[in-house]
Formats: sequence, C-alpha cells, structure tokens
Amino acid sequence: MDLNEKKLIVIGGGPAGLAAAVAAVRRGLDPSSILVLERDSEPGGILNQCIHAGFGLHRFGEELTGPEYSGRYIQMAREAGIPILCDAMALELTSDRRVTFVSPETGYVMVQAEAVVLAMGCRERTRGALGIPGTRPAGVYTAGCAQRYVNIEGYMPGHRVVILGSGDIGLIMARRMTLEGAKVLAVCEIMPYSGGLARNIVQCLDDFGIPLKLSHTVVKIHGRDRVEGVTIAAVDEANGRKPIPGTEEFIECDTLLLSVGLIPENELTRGAGIGISRATNGADVNQYRETSAPGIYACGNVLHVHDLVDFVSEEADIAGTAAAERILGQSGAVVKSLPVSTGFGVRYTVPERIDLTAEPEEVRIFFRVSDVYKKVQFFVETAEGEVLAKRAKSAAAPGEMESLTVPAEKLAGLLDKDCGGIRVYLRETGGQSK
Amino acid sequence: MTTRELTCVVCPAGCRMTVTLDDGGTVLEVEGNTCARGKNYAVSEITHPVRTLTSTVPMKTAAGKKMLPVRTDKPIPKEKLFEAMEILHGVKAQAPVKTGEVLIADFIEPGTNLIACRDEI
Repeated sequence: MDLNEKKLIVIGGGPAGLAAAVAAVRRGLDPSSILVLERDSEPGGILNQCIHAGFGLHRFGEELTGPEYSGRYIQMAREAGIPILCDAMALELTSDRRVTFVSPETGYVMVQAEAVVLAMGCRERTRGALGIPGTRPAGVYTAGCAQRYVNIEGYMPGHRVVILGSGDIGLIMARRMTLEGAKVLAVCEIMPYSGGLARNIVQCLDDFGIPLKLSHTVVKIHGRDRVEGVTIAAVDEANGRKPIPGTEEFIECDTLLLSVGLIPENELTRGAGIGISRATNGADVNQYRETSAPGIYACGNVLHVHDLVDFVSEEADIAGTAAAERILGQSGAVVKSLPVSTGFGVRYTVPERIDLTAEPEEVRIFFRVSDVYKKVQFFVETAEGEVLAKRAKSAAAPGEMESLTVPAEKLAGLLDKDCGGIRVYLRETGGQSK
Repeated sequence: MTTRELTCVVCPAGCRMTVTLDDGGTVLEVEGNTCARGKNYAVSEITHPVRTLTSTVPMKTAAGKKMLPVRTDKPIPKEKLFEAMEILHGVKAQAPVKTGEVLIADFIEPGTNLIACRDEI
C-alpha cells in the first residue's frame, strides 16, 4: 500500500466510516486514494456485537441484525475496492489534516491527507462518571461491555442482574441476559421516562416481565470481591433527583449493568483544536458535516449519538460525498454562513450552521427534543420570523431523533436577505406529559 | 367489547395503537397505526404474539473458536422463545458459513429456519 497516494483518510471502520468511504467512491474518488483505519481486528464497529434485529428498515427496507447490516457495508466497501487497514490506531490529527497512526502492517506513520472523515464512534459512560457510593467489587459492567462478553466472547458475566439506565443497550441486554438464562431483577431509570425506544420497552422488558423502575437509581453497591447486591431508591424529581430517604430497597444480585449514556469519542478531534458542541459532545459542523477545520468531516456517533444506524449511514453519505467533492475540486464556494440555534423544547441540532453556496440544496436538520411531549409542532424559522419548515407530531421524546427538511428554494430565498440565523423549536399543541 | 393499548414493535417509530375487540376476542378495529405492518402486528399480537429470535452459537473457524450470530428467518411464537434457546445451547457451527445460510431447517416451527447472520471463512 502506497501511503503517499492517500488523499482521504477515514478514521474508524464502523458503519459511519464504511458508508463515508463508499459514498466518496460513488462520488468519483479513486478507491486507491482512500484509507480506512480500523482499530479492531475486523471492520464493522459496534454492530458486530449488536446481534439483535431492527437495523436497516430505512436503509434497506428490511429488518436486519447488526452483523448483517455491517456485513452489507463491508461487502460494498470490498466491491468498491476500498482499502481497510485493521489493527490500526490513529494517534494524532492536526487541523491541517495530518494523521498519525500505528499498525503492525505499516508501523508508525504520518500521512498528509486532503480530507479526513472522523468516524470514531462513541463509548459508554462508566461507574466512575456516576459516582455511585459503595464498594468496588467485580461484577459492575457497562451494558456494551457485557454485550461484547456475551455475543462476541461467548461468556456470561452474571446470573442475577440489575440494570441501571434504560437506554437501548440496557434494554437490549435485559432481554439478552434473560434469554441466556440470567434473572434480570430490575431496570432502574433516574428519569421519569425511558431513554430507550418504546419498542424496546415492549419487546425487551414487558415480554419477560422485567420491572422498569422509573425515577429510581442505585444508591449503593454491596460486596467485597464480587457484587452481592445493590440498594436502589426513588428520586425526588422536584429536588434535583436526589434519593428520597426511606425509599431504599436492597436487591440481591451478582451483576450491575450500566446503560447510562454514550460519549462521542473526540480525543483526536480535540487534539486538532476543532470546535466541539457542548450539547452533543461532538464537533460543530455545517450541513456537509464539515467541522471548524476545513477538509475535516465528522459523521456517526462521534458527531452525535444516534438511535438508528440508518441515520448514521445517511449522515456518513453526506460527509463522504462532501470529502470527495473537496478532493475533486467540486465544492461550491460559501457565500453566506447561518448559525442554527435551538429554541423551546429542542436540546441540540445537527448541523449547527448552514453554509449557503450560490445554489443551495435542501438541508435536513436533525434534532432532539429536551423532554417528553404530546402533540407538538416543530418549526425551523429565521431569526426574523420566517418559517422555513414545520411539521406536526403526536408524541416526541428525547430518545427519538427528529428531523425537518428545509427546501432548497427557501434557502435560496435567504441569499439576498438579511438573516441573523436559523432557529429550531417546538410548540406544544396538547399537554406536556410527565 | 374491550379495548387494548399496544406499542408497535415493528419499527423504531413505536406507534401507540388502540385495538378494539369483540367479546369473542376478534379484532374489530385498530387505531393509531401509521402503516399496514402495524395493523398486522396488532392483530397478531392480540391473537398469537410472535418474535424474531436472535442469539449466538459457538463456531469453529480456521483461526480458532468464535461466536456466530444467528436468527430465525421468521418470527416464532413468543411462548417458544425459551424452548428455542434450549435447542440453541446444543448447537455448534462450523466455518465457512455465509450470511443467510440455513443452519437448522424447520427450527421450532415447520417452514422457519435458523440462519447465520455473518460471513465467516
């Protein structure tokens, strides 16, 4: 492999990285000028351990398991002739697109690329991030770690399980551990609603009679060498979700799984001095998923945590296409840059800015709401009050990503106007449900 | 007449549906679904709930032992999930396998197969 010929480096060989590389080839980039770096011994990323079904309904119109979904992209990348370097760890990235990495095949190398796509994914929050009091025994795992043990290594990490956090991985693992013979005693969720998809509450908890304890958290971990139990308690919504004295309950268990959030893995991004959004913990990007460093793009869970891989692939298409256009010298010149801000009920948006070229194309703005709502209307509006897009929805929750598409002609109309930016917000047309 | 509230599990939208039944348990009406698959799910969920089972089985490859992800190619009756898991505990695969390859034909139900979910050389 001639590393001097590499123009596009994709960091990460999971669903985002593979889709970005495939999109770049489709846009006309020579596959031999691309290099995908993957730190694991095989491509596919986290999907390799997500053996449950439910992937690909948007993308492929059928319900696939994680390995099947990643398998399709691995196949596409192979057919396109895209080189994937496994066991390769990216160590450093500079804002002028120099990537330093190390692998058994290449040794320690530096490559100057014309474009870089960041697709490093995310990692799980751990016990250390929560500060749960108690002892430090074996048997406390993040849900994704337990998932790897069970599905990749074929090893059961415990028999009597309590799960803290009702994110999708926690729910999926409640079912998986139950099917493999463990007893899942409870899923505790500190919030008054689950962060997971409604379908997962039904098919992972209700199907097996696993109790979901909303507004509950783990207040103590017991056990010297191995977890012997946990104490859970109800939390006070009105008082900063502090545990309510007198509601403590001891549950005897040997395992505690944590499904308490995901953090985009942006050490390389930060090292390059790229601007990071406080709301997403991912890079600030425009609609092409280009970061504050020209020619460095980001997509997938490293940019913001997605609930559906289908949207990761869509986002990676955008980033990979834009990276190819830059290398091929086909990017349009930016004539106007509009910041996208959040208004009532919206926690974050991606992109955070829209860069208008002389002939703008439609832009799909993804966003998450900040609470559980019934009957809402979403709006994309200019700072001057012109509605660019709107949509009504019967229910919205932070666990489910929303989107609104701003048509090309609306954006073209902003070229000749004074526009201080774009705002995304929601209006309640029913009652707020807690 | 009775009504039951259901959350659709067909896709991530998770539509909340209301199903109206007559006294004999026959579905009269489904409301709240946003697609035909949702309606089918509601009727099946009331009359005879089914689920796709996914799991892993140990596999011998040239490089050593590995877990192979597997699934049923059709949903199976919900009450047979544990019976199916019991059978899977005795199953071993042998590489090479292809995605979609049938590992066990007529698994749990006639016409339902257990298939591999990844390629392994």
